[in-house]
Amino acid sequence: MSEAAHAAMARRNPLARLWNDKESRQVIIQIISFVLIFAFFFMMVRNAVINLEAIGKDISLKFLWQPSSYDINQSLIEYSSRSSHFRAMIVGILNTLLVAVFGIALATILGFLLGISRLSKNWIINKMAYVYIEYVRNVPVLLHILLVHGMIINLLPLPRASLTIGDGAFLNNRGFFVPKPDFEPLFLAVAALFLGGVAFAFWFRKYARMVQDQSGKHYPVFWICLAAVAGVPLLAYFVLGAPITWEIPELQGFNYKGGMVLRPEFIALWLALSIYTAAFIGEIVRAGISAVDWGQNEAASALGITRGRTLHLVVIPQALRIIVPPLTSQYLNLTKNSSLAIAIGYMDIVATIGGISLNQTGREMECMALVLALYLVFSLLISAFMNWYNRRIKLVER
Amino acid sequence: MSAPQYAPGKHPDLPAPSTLAGPLAWVRANLLSSPSNITLTLLSLWFLWSVIPGALNWFFFDAVYSGENRAACRAAGEGACWAFIGEYLKLFTYGFYPEESRWRVNLAFVLMWLALVPILFDRVPHRKYGLYYAAAFPFIAGWLLVGGLGLAPVTTDKFGGIMLTLVVGVTGIAFSLPIGILLALGRSSKLTIIRVFCVGFIEFIRGVPLITLLFVASTMLSYFLPPGTNFDLLLRVLIMVTLFASGYMAEVIRGGLQAIPSGQTEAADALGLKYWQAMRLIVLPQALKISIPGIVNTFIGLYKDTTLVIIIGLYDPLGIGRAALANTSWIGLSTEVYIFVAIFFFVSCFAMSRYSLYLEDKLETGHKR
Repeated sequence: MSEAAHAAMARRNPLARLWNDKESRQVIIQIISFVLIFAFFFMMVRNAVINLEAIGKDISLKFLWQPSSYDINQSLIEYSSRSSHFRAMIVGILNTLLVAVFGIALATILGFLLGISRLSKNWIINKMAYVYIEYVRNVPVLLHILLVHGMIINLLPLPRASLTIGDGAFLNNRGFFVPKPDFEPLFLAVAALFLGGVAFAFWFRKYARMVQDQSGKHYPVFWICLAAVAGVPLLAYFVLGAPITWEIPELQGFNYKGGMVLRPEFIALWLALSIYTAAFIGEIVRAGISAVDWGQNEAASALGITRGRTLHLVVIPQALRIIVPPLTSQYLNLTKNSSLAIAIGYMDIVATIGGISLNQTGREMECMALVLALYLVFSLLISAFMNWYNRRIKLVER
Repeated sequence: MSAPQYAPGKHPDLPAPSTLAGPLAWVRANLLSSPSNITLTLLSLWFLWSVIPGALNWFFFDAVYSGENRAACRAAGEGACWAFIGEYLKLFTYGFYPEESRWRVNLAFVLMWLALVPILFDRVPHRKYGLYYAAAFPFIAGWLLVGGLGLAPVTTDKFGGIMLTLVVGVTGIAFSLPIGILLALGRSSKLTIIRVFCVGFIEFIRGVPLITLLFVASTMLSYFLPPGTNFDLLLRVLIMVTLFASGYMAEVIRGGLQAIPSGQTEAADALGLKYWQAMRLIVLPQALKISIPGIVNTFIGLYKDTTLVIIIGLYDPLGIGRAALANTSWIGLSTEVYIFVAIFFFVSCFAMSRYSLYLEDKLETGHKR
């Protein structure tokens, strides 16, 4: 067909002309997809309205202020079965945050140890870390949680035959009982010193870096910071006559009373999430450190920098840039995986508002929407924080 | 006595000194190179020595392989009570699938391996037809397992055990890859509405845990369906698992797409290829190749996540194990059950990750330093 014939056809059929033009075709496709998406959501909402009307339900969040009438065995704030569903939700959020924060801390430590072990020249250490990582990564996290929980329940002794650690800590299949600190007024001074020490350490690190950049003079930053953060407060603690009294748990009847208790559900979830995530972090750390060019090490030693300071000043800052983005998603995964708590009865968000509250009030829509929204907020917050950190350590390019 | 004389260049090669080559040198270099290394070696040897014999005894030497109940097991030996697993092995494999129809599960299992052959290995004769068959396999297997059209129907609440894991895993893997590719293309599309929709979908899926999506599927999805429709629970779970995995898949593939220089699409444009031709022939083959490790990782993650279905009341191996633990004559044997299930998952997932390594090596076209 000649050009002219094409043109003639296009004149005859304006629709074909619209479709053959790239710009207008894009507009058409977008309009069609928008209509389809809109129709899909409209149908869903319409169905929901009809279905809810048929069984005489409405959508309201008023149920949140009714008494929850169920107990939660671990709570960071005051809670009883007379408290509202809203308070139960707050307890759930705090429990999720608790296990996420502790899990992230332990998983990071374990993960860095594993990553370094995988780079170790020592063959046995290297292979042990390899076996650990391969085993843990290839087994579902839910299975880890159930396995650890089952081991705590079935293999640890009964309260009467508890394993005693030191004088005041007891480990049995009802949990880990530790002494509870009771702070006296003088302790405030120690706490103030500690906070002051932390602030000083931050300032001093910056100052030492500045001095080093300008004059090459080098302070023992680590030891000075350690003294400020830990040494001075500890000294003050003993000088002031140890102003903490410990409430030691005691065996009463079938279980220990008093002190603080970490319940088996919390311990199981915390350990399982940590060992699972640590395996992934280990691989990330290994990849990050081995991605730093070996020439960087050689250049550092050519400049006469010691091995420890090479690691600290040359290798780790560069490795962190590679490590941080995938590390973020591991932290997110850990937080999201903590929702598996429901399998062992740890009362997190899913188990409180998405579980018992949902079953008691029958408000599936509202409860599930709240749960989804809460997790989305967590995810956004963690990734926002990690993005900020990532930007801070990013390479400053000219 | 003088040393034998050799003409220049005629001296026979001597073995390297034992301090530089051979097992002794290896031990020196890898285990004893410095005082700290020696300490580490000793510590880890001590650790292995204190853990491995006990574990082996529990696992093999003191284990009990037959017995009526837990008490009989404990009387016969100190170690693991594998008699328990043996008792429930059929249930672990088939779930509650009717006894007389289990040949269909076996057949589907064999057909699955036949479908995998042309996918996994590229030097199979008539690979093209094999791939057509592999694409049809999920539907053939669905017919075999659910029944109908001449086979006795089996309701999906009878599905369970390893068979259920494979059903959820294979469905998720088979459908999440194409959906993930579409989402990734949508996310990098120039069409604003499509891009916004894809970004919203992917970010939502990745921001919430799978378990909440499964709860949505089990508690409130029916509200959003036309009145009177009743969706099968397993089908709802399959849809949710697939959507969940495709959100992650999309991000993995987007990484691959971003790594392809824009010169490739521009060259395709210059050659007059249309969008889908350019994607199918130029961009996706390269992008997918780069993303293979990520894709397989997503598959492994999905396969492991199939265990979550126990929380909404389906019985995969873990669910069967938990149900079996409730039997009073076997109570308290959770470690055995969980370790058995762990071994099953470890073998499948480890095999997948090894295959991914093999594939990476094979597709490597020589840019590796």
